[in-house]
Amino acid sequence: MTGTDTGAATVTAAALALGDDALILSHRLGEWAGHAPVLEEEVALANIALDLLGQARILLSMVGDEDELAFLREERSFRNLQLVEQPNGDFAHTIARQLYFSVHQHELYAELARGEGPFAPLAAKAVKETAYHRDHAEQWTLRLGDGTEESRARMQAALQALWKFTGELFQPVEGLGGVDWAALEERWLAALTDVVERAGLTLPEGPRTGAWAAGAGRQGLHTESFGRMLAEMQHLHRSHPGASW
Amino acid sequence: MVTTADVPVTRLEAELAELAGSVPDPELPVLTLGELGVVRGVRMHEDGHAEVTLTPTYTGCPAIEAMSADIERVLTGHGIPEVRVTTVLAPAWSTDDISAEGRRKLAEFGIAPPRPHAAGGPVPVTLSVRCPNCGSTDTELLSRFSSTACKALRRCTACREPFDHFKEL
Repeated sequence: MTGTDTGAATVTAAALALGDDALILSHRLGEWAGHAPVLEEEVALANIALDLLGQARILLSMVGDEDELAFLREERSFRNLQLVEQPNGDFAHTIARQLYFSVHQHELYAELARGEGPFAPLAAKAVKETAYHRDHAEQWTLRLGDGTEESRARMQAALQALWKFTGELFQPVEGLGGVDWAALEERWLAALTDVVERAGLTLPEGPRTGAWAAGAGRQGLHTESFGRMLAEMQHLHRSHPGASW
Repeated sequence: MVTTADVPVTRLEAELAELAGSVPDPELPVLTLGELGVVRGVRMHEDGHAEVTLTPTYTGCPAIEAMSADIERVLTGHGIPEVRVTTVLAPAWSTDDISAEGRRKLAEFGIAPPRPHAAGGPVPVTLSVRCPNCGSTDTELLSRFSSTACKALRRCTACREPFDHFKEL
């Protein structure tokens, strides 16, 4: 049975991992506000960010005070995947990141929702939201891949650039003992292969992890740009403790 | 989870649930919380406080705090000394929880109501959505996300009006 590992410490570890994924990707997507290519897309990215923020709030509240966890932790204490902290880049990079992550999150939450563990209620709720995120990313991948020479080249470059961060998606997370990670990876690869082919693009080749990168984000090891992102995200709360709207 | 399901609901609890359900939705004031299907129940506890169980439409729905405050205000005004609103996730809310009256009001307000769907099924994007302005089923999707997370933006190809569609969840 999925997620029946209910020891308090392992629940905390898993809630931090999933909560940080949602929080950090939400912040990255929020950076598009005021910069998206068209108004509809600005609204779409903000809505996806809001869904993720809602998931993050619930998950982090399972661990402790959500604000303290979001705004007062140091970089090395964050347990998110390196994929979600990658900078937005051009629009194709954002879509590639969305595609890799939302297919993974949708498949993982569907599996957690079928179980009876502590994450089942949230997963059952969130899986319906992530279905829309996944659809959004897939539709854009098709549109960019099947668009102009420029859009196709950019989408292909983005898929390639982020490929090396996708191995970490399938590193077992402590506290999610019942998940069949190998099967999850197979479903993810099949889905990716399908959409990338339909878009007229090529699935990148090469290793899906660096020599040291597998599971690194989950251990608190992050990439260079993450520190700058955190500085921006945490600056207000740290400078004005207790500030509220 | 509804752990008190086997305890019968008292008359006062039913009355309070009705009151909580009559509160308008803060973002779609044309609907009540009861019609939206987000009020799960009211329980009176021995120490005299009322516990209202509320479920969010979307996990990130920012309206949940305003809903809680409005429910507290209404029940307090009804003479309940202490009201606590608890948010529950399971069973997950679905657009199928919107009442028939709620759907009618949405359409009248200019928002295409969600289509019924099988729970856990795929995102239904192929069935047509009726334009709330002219009634044509000849409409197209502009964006899967609109003014709020729960809506998609569509356009009617008959009357050319863009409109919001309360998308299926």
